[in-house]
This record gives sequence, structure tokens and C-alpha cells, in this order.
Amino acid sequence: MQPKSITVYLNHEPREWRVHPNDLLLNVLREHEALTGTKYGCGIGECGACTVHIDGEPVLSCLTLAIACEDKSILTIEGLARDGKLDAVQTAFLDHSAFQCGFCTSDMILMTRALLNEIPNPTEEQVRDYLRGNLCRCTGYASIVRAALGAATQEANAIGAADA
Amino acid sequence: MLSTNTHILFSEFEYHAPTTVNEVAELLSEYGDSARVMAGGTDLLVQMKMERRRPAHVISLQRINELHTITQNGALTIGAATAIRALDQYVTLNHPSLGARLESLSAACNLFSSVQIMHMATLGGNLCNASPAADTAPVLLTCDATVTIKSKTAEKTVPLADFFVGPGKTILGPNEFVTYIQIPLPAQNTGSAFRKISRVVADISQVCAAVTIVRDGNIVQDARIALGSVAPVPFCAEQARAALVGETFGPELAEHVGNLAAQEIKPISDVRATSAYRRSVAFVIVRDALMQAWDNCG
Repeated sequence: MQPKSITVYLNHEPREWRVHPNDLLLNVLREHEALTGTKYGCGIGECGACTVHIDGEPVLSCLTLAIACEDKSILTIEGLARDGKLDAVQTAFLDHSAFQCGFCTSDMILMTRALLNEIPNPTEEQVRDYLRGNLCRCTGYASIVRAALGAATQEANAIGAADA
Repeated sequence: MLSTNTHILFSEFEYHAPTTVNEVAELLSEYGDSARVMAGGTDLLVQMKMERRRPAHVISLQRINELHTITQNGALTIGAATAIRALDQYVTLNHPSLGARLESLSAACNLFSSVQIMHMATLGGNLCNASPAADTAPVLLTCDATVTIKSKTAEKTVPLADFFVGPGKTILGPNEFVTYIQIPLPAQNTGSAFRKISRVVADISQVCAAVTIVRDGNIVQDARIALGSVAPVPFCAEQARAALVGETFGPELAEHVGNLAAQEIKPISDVRATSAYRRSVAFVIVRDALMQAWDNCG
């Protein structure tokens, strides 16, 4: 089993990785890149803790081979803030205190970002439906949903202000 | 002993990422039983973590563009590596007129799992994994779907009804893989519906049911009824169907046919549900799916 050198675009920067076929993306992110915001929860696709964006789509890094990410763009929670400025979803999670232990926060924020990219002005039902694969064992869902809706409103207002 | 590791992949394998179907056929003819084709990986990688499968070669379909495409030409031809999410968006967003007739397909895609898994998991993978609980299988059975199977030396198209052999087992030989799934375009007066019972929406089905009805006035001209998680393979309820076709449709008929379906299934008890529970809810979801499909006939 030979390692292979691949290029990925991790959080907007090109990176060279030397990976074995059985290296999982989650473990490469956490152990080689020291990006520990992405969490190992269940390892079988039930909990959503390891969610990252690959080429803009929310996927599970615990069920993704790193070697399959060649030439792809990977976004983790560490890459969401740009130029020292938090993403609107991150700000909304702070404003609404949408976390208790924080373990699911990265995945909830990345999933909310993916939702708002797809549906900029979702209903509460759409938020709950889209986040159905992301578990919060503190059961802080009410504040997470409020934060997601708050982020949508804030972004709509920002666009409105820019248009004015 | 069953390993419960889910953190790392212990097993070692060579990874192949061909860009054409012919390369896949070549690789399979070379490695046969020691190879496993991977589409989305959401089932295969879990099985490999648990050491239920130990392929020496993993052949990824991810870089084969033609297997990610859907074309419409008398039939829907769906590349085997098409993600469930992409299929759902094709049917519901791009082709709303189709969506009404294929509501069962969009519903099964929507209720499939989490959004993340829907982006990763594929139609071909869902069928080839051959779980008795696969949500898309009953739907495709009621659509008279066919699958195209390719090897280095041959290509054939078979009815999906002949594809499943047992839990995790299909008719695929060691050198064969699925390239396309075809769904004949349903006639105008067709309606379909899908119902699923699971602990939460993102969970695996305890029972699911799909129904397609072709309507002629008040008469059921033709119909298909199929269920998941009620037998070793996705199950076509033929006795229930026989009691439905040619009859005048109404709530009492739906009730009667639902009962027949619940009697002819062969459910087991497992971690997700008991046999008795599966039978009870099979009646309810078949009845409800029949009512919905009839309404969808337009």
C-alpha cells in the first residue's frame, strides 16, 4: 500500500498531502493538519460531527478517503472566517448562545452555512429538516435553529443595505 | 468477533480512480473477488471499518463523469454514481411535471438520510449494497426499473426485480458492475407514493413501501406495490397487486389491499423493529401510499 502525494485546496490554500489509501479525511485534518475543530463522533455517518464542505457540498469526513480529495476544495470550520472577520453564521451562533458543550458547534455552523448558500431565507421547518443529520447531545436545538434563522435575516439585511 | 472500531481504517488496500467505465471493467477483470467498487462509500467504508469486508482493491467511480449524469429519452437513464441529492434535485426541481408522476422517487430521496449522506450516497450504491432496507429499491421496483450491468466482455440490461439475491447479495459476478439504472417514463395518468417508518427521518427504515398506480377513470388500470425491510430482499407484494388491478378504487379497497400486503410479507425481528410491528405498520403505510398515489394520478 503505497502513499501518494496529492494537492488539495484546504481552507482556500493549496496543500500537498502524502496519504495512504486508507487514511480518512477526518484523521488527516485532525492529526496531520492539527485542525481539531472537525470532530470524531460516531464514525459511521449517524451524527454529523465530522461535517466539512468539499467543493461547496456538506459531506462527512469520517466516511471520505483523503486520497479521493485530490484537487478538491475542502472547507473546515477553521477556514470559515475570512480576513479576521467571522462569518455571519458564526456571529449568529454567538449572538444566540447556540452552544453548550460546543462539540457539535463546528458541524452545526458548517451545515447552516451550506443551508443558507442553498436557501438564503429558510423557514424554521427547512432549518430543522436540513440539520436533521447533526446531533446535539446537550439538546440545544432551539437556540441553534434561532441562530440559523438569525443568520439568514442578518445576511438578507446586509444585502439590502449594500443594494441601498 | 465483530470489531467496533469506527475511527480508522485498519485494512490496507490499493485505491484506483479510473476515469472511464472501460477502465473499471479492466480492473475488475484483473482483480475480481479481491476488488470492490466504491461509489459514495457511505456503506462500503463502514463495512471496512467494521472489518466485514476487506477488499485488496477499491475501485472508485467518483471520477467517471458519465456515471454521474441523468438523461431523459423515453426513459430516465441514471448514472450509477449519481448522488441521491442530485437525483432528488433533478426530479423535483428540474422536471416538476415528471416529479408529480415520480413522487415516490423524490420522497424516497428526501427521506433517504441526512443531507450530508444524500450528497455522498449514490443510487447505484444503494442498490448494489443490497440492503433489504434500501429506500430506493421498492420505489424502483414499482417503476419497472432496469439495471445495466457491464463486464470486460459483456453488457446486459436486466429487470431490477431479478437483481437482488439476499441481504447484501446481488446477481453481480466478481467481474461485473452496474453502470446505469433506467426508469421508463410513466404515462400521464400515473401516480406514485412512498411511505417510510423509521425512528427519526434520517434513520434506516423499519418498513418502507412504494406504490405506483395507473388510473383509468375510477378503475385501477395497473399497479405495483413494493416494500422494504420486510423480507431478505426488497419485496413485490404480488397478491396485494392482484387484488387491486381492475378494481374500482376507494378507501375500502386501499384498506383491503394494505391488509393483503401485510399478510404476504416475511418480516423478521431485529434491532430496529419486531416482526409483529413491521406487519402492523406495513398495513398502514401501504394503505396510505395507495390513497396518496391515487390522488397523484391527476
